[in-house]
Order: sequence, then structure tokens, then C-alpha cells
Amino acid sequence: MDMQNFKTREKAAMAEPKIIARDVNVYYGQSQALKSIELDIAANEVTALIGPSGCGKSTFLRCINRMNDVIESCRVEGRITLEGIDIYNSGLDPVLLRARVGMVFQKPNPFPKSIYDNIAYGPRLHGIASGKDELEATVESSLRRAGLWEEVKDRLDSPGTGLSGGQQQRLCIARAIAVNPEVILMDEPCSALDPIATAKIEELIDELRENFTIVIVTHSMQQAARVSQKTAFFHLGELVEVGETDKLFTSPEDQRTQGYITGRFG
Amino acid sequence: MQNSNDHIVRSFDKELRTIHEIIIRMGGMAENQLAEAVDALVQRDSAKAEMVRAEDAKIDALEEELEAAVVQLIALRQPVANDLRAVISALKISSDLERIGDYAKNIAKRSIAINQMPPQKSVTSIMRMSRLVQEIVKDTLDAFSHSDKDRAIDVWHRDEEVDEMYTSLFRELLTYMMEDPRNIGACTHMLFIAKNIERMGDHATNIAETIYYLSTGHKLEGKRPKGDRTPFQILSAEEDNGEVEI
Repeated sequence: MDMQNFKTREKAAMAEPKIIARDVNVYYGQSQALKSIELDIAANEVTALIGPSGCGKSTFLRCINRMNDVIESCRVEGRITLEGIDIYNSGLDPVLLRARVGMVFQKPNPFPKSIYDNIAYGPRLHGIASGKDELEATVESSLRRAGLWEEVKDRLDSPGTGLSGGQQQRLCIARAIAVNPEVILMDEPCSALDPIATAKIEELIDELRENFTIVIVTHSMQQAARVSQKTAFFHLGELVEVGETDKLFTSPEDQRTQGYITGRFG
Repeated sequence: MQNSNDHIVRSFDKELRTIHEIIIRMGGMAENQLAEAVDALVQRDSAKAEMVRAEDAKIDALEEELEAAVVQLIALRQPVANDLRAVISALKISSDLERIGDYAKNIAKRSIAINQMPPQKSVTSIMRMSRLVQEIVKDTLDAFSHSDKDRAIDVWHRDEEVDEMYTSLFRELLTYMMEDPRNIGACTHMLFIAKNIERMGDHATNIAETIYYLSTGHKLEGKRPKGDRTPFQILSAEEDNGEVEI
């Protein structure tokens, strides 16, 4: 490990967790989707949530920026704090929360607008950029950070939906980072992409973690192993095991984790 | 419902089993090669020694077969956790077993040379040492086939006995050489044979460490007890009174 890397890690280890979940229970009507989840998410790290379908990993992800609020039957109990502030019970405006905690979805979902407007939408909405020049600068830097600038700089006026799947997903990532969030949630961001586009996103995730805290839900265990520093394994609504990714994939503590990651059940 | 130890993809289990079986076969052959090589020495049977030499190629071939199976499994299955430990361990164990085979072959070669010289007294000690190492290799393989970490630790400790036997054999052989310089040729061969057997014990120890890692996911901590003191031995012969100090 080089010194730079070591220092960043050391800093991350010493700092308070960015997100802390305590005794989080989530219900959809009568059925309980998450059971007493306790999880710390460190800043400037990629945390991967893995587990079989229906295990609650996406539900947990959606709790972090209150995306579950829009589901009527959904009830969230417990505490989730972002830098010490309870995101459910402190009167925090969910819209502002989502500006701090951005999200990228499974299927790329650019707005039916130009590439430029896709990125400019958020900064305009939140009044981040003052004036046209600053907005342009934000659009360019967001596209650059998402590794898309070189590919689209000559056609910023063409519709975002005209890009390839992988480009659309990077556009969505650029859109998410344009409002300067602290945390980016990714819900299976590569499951609709080919291996090359996937590799580009993974490379991007690794670069982004310098400035952002990333939580990613993925069905690909290899992807979790490749991109994350911490991995959390969910099963039947429980958080079975969480730990350093390299440890979890070589010698997991729990039999259920071992069974799942080695392809013995799921 | 399927057994929870089985993979959803059954061919994966089959491939892991194949790798496991190759190790067991290699181990059985390596153990047998040691027994036969020492037999050839004790019975002064050069034909048997030649057979041991030829047989070693089979162990080498199995090692290659295992390497190919492991490379293929890693490429196609991307094993993790206990599966990953199983294939990496198999790779390491196979190279230890291959070395044990090489040492047996070397013993066989030397026994052909020794058979052309007068019988050696130290053969009995070599036999005792070889029996102990055979037992250790066998127990190591049992520990492997049951992923038994306790038995692996037991084997790990028993190597000290081998080292001690080697130290005493070393002294014994030096004495013979001093008694009569005509013994030097044969005794040097015997010394190498003893060293070969001692090295086999070390490889069995390596295997035991690997088995511990395989079954627990952790390294075996602590220093292994060592009984081989020959690297520190100083030799001086008092010519005046014929006394020998070792």
C-alpha cells in the first residue's frame, strides 16, 4: 500500500462514520423487510451491500435518502444519522437530504432533455450555480468527473436519451454529483450494462470515493469484491455480516455468508 | 432440498472433488515412494530403487494435472472464501508433495550407490526416522481429507521428533566417518538420505500449516518447535587421544 493510500485509510479509520444506522426496522404493511440493522458507513469508502433477492439490501439503501417515504405502506423505525444528524426525526427536509445523498439507479434514467440540461437541472433547482458561466463550469466538471466529457463535449445539446447505456449511466452519475452530494447511493448501477461499460463505471466509482462516500447495492459478488472496501451481507432482512471486503471474501465469519458468496445457496 | 455443502452449480463441486482427489492420490504415492526407497536401501535392492526413480514421474504428472485443474477452476468459477482457500491450498500442498517425491527419488538414487559399498550400520536409524516421517505424512493426509485442524496441529508439533532423530543420526554418522575414513563415501550418502527424510518432515509441516489455513481461514500462529541443531554443531577431533568431540 502506498503512503497516500495509507494516509487516506488511516484518516477514514480515525474519523467518525459518515452514516450510522441503529436498530433500523422497516415494514411494508405487515411484513418486516429489515430487522434491527446496525451498520456504520465510513466516509470516503465504498460500502457494498450484497445478498439474495428480497434480502432487504435495496430497502436499506433507500432508507439512507428516504426514498422509502414515497411508498405508502412503508414504515421505518430506528435511527439513521448522517454526520450525527438523524435524517428521519430532526425535521430535515427530504429534498435537501437527497441533495446531500444522491442516487443512481439500476436502469439509466436520464431526463428527456439535452445532456447539458440533465446536469444543469439539479444545480439550478438548488440554486448552486450563480450565473451562466458558473453553471457551465459545473456541467463540465461534473461530466469530467464522470469520465464522460470527452465523449459528449461536442454534443451537449443532443438528448441524453440518445447516448449508449453505459454513457447514460455515467450521465446519471454526473447528474448526481453536479449538486455536490456527500454520499452517492447506487442501486445495481451496472446490471444493465455490458462488461466494458461496467468496467468504466467501476473505475469511476474508485475515483469518486476520494470525494464521496459511496454505498452500492450489487448482485455481482465479483463487483462487490472489486470496487468496495467494506461489504455487508444481508439475508432475510438481517445484516448477517459486515467487514473488510478482502476478509469477507477470503474468510467470512458466518456460515450463511460463506454459503452465499461461494454459490451454495441464494 | 440440496445439501447445504453443495454448490448450486453441481459441476463446480465435481471440479473441487477432482482437485481434492488428486491431492489424496499424490499424497498416497509420495508416502509409498518414501517407504519403497528406504526398503530399497535396507534390502540393498537396486531394482526396487530403479522402480522408485521411475515412479516419481507419475507424481510430477499429477502435480501438473492439478495445476491445470486449479488454473481452470480459478478462471471459470472465480472461487471465493472456503472454495478459494481450497484451491490455493491444493496448489501449495501439491508442490510440497512433489518435493517429498523428489526426495524419495534422491534416496533411491543414493541407495543404488550405497548398494555397491559394504553394508552400513546406520541403516537402522534411517529406517526408524523414515517410519516416523511416513506416519507424519500419512497423518497429514488424513488431516487434509477431513479438513481436521487439530490433527494438523498435532503433525506440526511432531516434526520436532524428526529433527531430533536427524541430529542424533548426524552425530552417529560423523563418528563412523572418524573411525575409518573409508566410510566417508557411504556415510556422506547416508547423511544426505537422512537430510532428505528430515526435509520431507518439513514439507509435511508446511502441509499441516496449509491445512490449518484451509480449515480456519487463519494462519497458524507461533514458532514451530525445532529439534534440528546440526546447523550449529562444531566438530573437533583430538588426534592425541583419539577422543571425538562433537
